[in-house]
Amino acid sequence: MRFRKLLAWSLASLAVVAGVAVASARLAPALAASPGSSAGGPVTLVDLVFWALAALAVGGAAGVALSRNILYTSLALLFSLMGVAGLYVFLSADFLAVAQVLIYVGGVLVLILFAVMLTNRIGDVNVSNTSLGWAGGAILMAVVAPLLIAVAVEVPWKVRDVPLEQTTAALGNALLQRWLLPFELASLVLLATMIGAIVIARKELKAE
Amino acid sequence: MAHVTLSHFLVVGGLLFALGLFTVLTRRNAVAVLMGVELLLNAANVNLVAFNHYVVGGLAGQVFTLFVIVLAAAEAAVGLAIVLSIFHTFKTIDVRAADLMRE
Repeated sequence: MRFRKLLAWSLASLAVVAGVAVASARLAPALAASPGSSAGGPVTLVDLVFWALAALAVGGAAGVALSRNILYTSLALLFSLMGVAGLYVFLSADFLAVAQVLIYVGGVLVLILFAVMLTNRIGDVNVSNTSLGWAGGAILMAVVAPLLIAVAVEVPWKVRDVPLEQTTAALGNALLQRWLLPFELASLVLLATMIGAIVIARKELKAE
Repeated sequence: MAHVTLSHFLVVGGLLFALGLFTVLTRRNAVAVLMGVELLLNAANVNLVAFNHYVVGGLAGQVFTLFVIVLAAAEAAVGLAIVLSIFHTFKTIDVRAADLMRE
């Protein structure tokens, strides 16, 4: 039963990715002429890894959107975040990839799992009802997704031809020079967040 | 099949955004709504880093993404604390039930 469900999810995500691949391959020839996009040629290993990561990200997001069980939803979010972290590597954002894994997967997701375990009653698994209804959400998605994909594919972006490079050291320098004030403000925000989260979630506050 | 270009990343970001929007709009579970918000933020992050790499250059996009990640972590911490507080008060995390700011 579980394996059938897993198989169904994998097939669904593969179908989504195949659809995107076909769509972008059909709509991309205009893009092929622009610099920086070396279209054509055989499929390389890099392309396969990209498609696998994109499938992970989009399939995980589909799991978040469609799964009825809140625990499966959070696990699907895990896959989606890992896929996005992998995609960052393709954009020469190596530090961001690691930060994504550390902060999102190691921090935010653990928090979410805590919240799920602390709030979800066992006999009440299907708290994830629909409020707008699947019809409304589906209609909205049918409007938004093609619009965004059309913009992404049709607009002739001025693409540069850039090699992949390591950016961790440069990012550290930028954070402590050009972006020093936002950096310090972020630490202040984090401190306020920590205090606020503790105060809000504390139970003893009600006894006063 | 074309090689990986900017449009591929934008399509992935667009799909993540659409699915996150769907999650936010169709869930009544407050934790699931927060997960949808995380998806929306990730979609924006993918677009920021992709444009930074393919179009703009430099590091501004990556720095912005880093700040978005930090603020998303803060948002998750405060949001989940509020969810726990709502659960203690109303004994449910159905977002429709939370219509009072007191007990």
